[in-house]
Amino acid sequence: MTRPEPAFDAPWHAQVFAVTVHLNETGHFTWSDWAARFGEVLRRHGLDRSLDGGDDYFLAWLETLEGLLAERDLATEAERRELRDAWAEAFRSTPHGAPVRLPEEGPGTGQRRA
Amino acid sequence: MPHDHSDHSHGPDHPHTLLPPEPALRVRALETLLERKGLVDPAALDAIIDTYENRIGPRGGAQVVARAWTEPEFRAALLEDATAAVADMGLYGRQGEHIVAVENTGTVHNMVVCTLCSCYPWPLLGIPPGWYKSDAYRARAVREPRKVLAEFGVTLPRETAVRVWDSTAEVRYLVVPRRPEGAEGLDKEALAALVTRDSMIGCGLAVNP
Repeated sequence: MTRPEPAFDAPWHAQVFAVTVHLNETGHFTWSDWAARFGEVLRRHGLDRSLDGGDDYFLAWLETLEGLLAERDLATEAERRELRDAWAEAFRSTPHGAPVRLPEEGPGTGQRRA
Repeated sequence: MPHDHSDHSHGPDHPHTLLPPEPALRVRALETLLERKGLVDPAALDAIIDTYENRIGPRGGAQVVARAWTEPEFRAALLEDATAAVADMGLYGRQGEHIVAVENTGTVHNMVVCTLCSCYPWPLLGIPPGWYKSDAYRARAVREPRKVLAEFGVTLPRETAVRVWDSTAEVRYLVVPRRPEGAEGLDKEALAALVTRDSMIGCGLAVNP
């Protein structure tokens, strides 16, 4: 018998998968709608190169989810960018080995602790 | 704390945490945002990940196949209405709403693909492997299934027809591979160990005991 392979190659693959499944189950979109959109993004990404089903697959997955949530006004690009930068900042300013945390502010406050 | 904005340019005196890859930062941002808006529950996310990393996988499907090999009534029920038959074994849930079992015989070999994206019977097989999600497999399984099978090490007799099933968000397929020769005396647990994930996608055969 072969050794079981890990379900996800990278933690972020698992995270984006879980967020999507959760939002589907809490009624934000149907799985058919998801599959149609995802299939379209995969098709577009695969036009100029052959996707290998690893990182590139979940990049297409992430882009699909970001697009869907922006369209429904659940997570706009500006909000996402602000938090992405806040997380990058938190990683840069956290000493190695310490847990990386965000300052406790909501999106759109524009404040960040250094 | 003073810092600059390039990713890895800190000197050895400031061993800061390494910046994760860009998509990981985007996922983190999305998750934090949705959590702050009350749209996702972190505990639910952890439970989903735990389910697919640790609880659900091809062993479920292998138990179904082993039962179909040994119990004629179950086999008939599985081929008639797989969703109901596997639900009775506790195998149901996300992406298992409509499962169809297709049985390999001496004359027909079944193979499953999702040409649209990567639809797959999660409750029976878990999360699909990378190759199932690749463009190469998704495009070639339909166009040249025998060639793809040969690359998986499966060579079928010329008289065996290959039937390729295209999964969708509505219908997902489980291939029931042929029971290998010499497996007559084995119990269900030993039989299930012969059933590989690939054999239930139709890209492999059950292994010989």
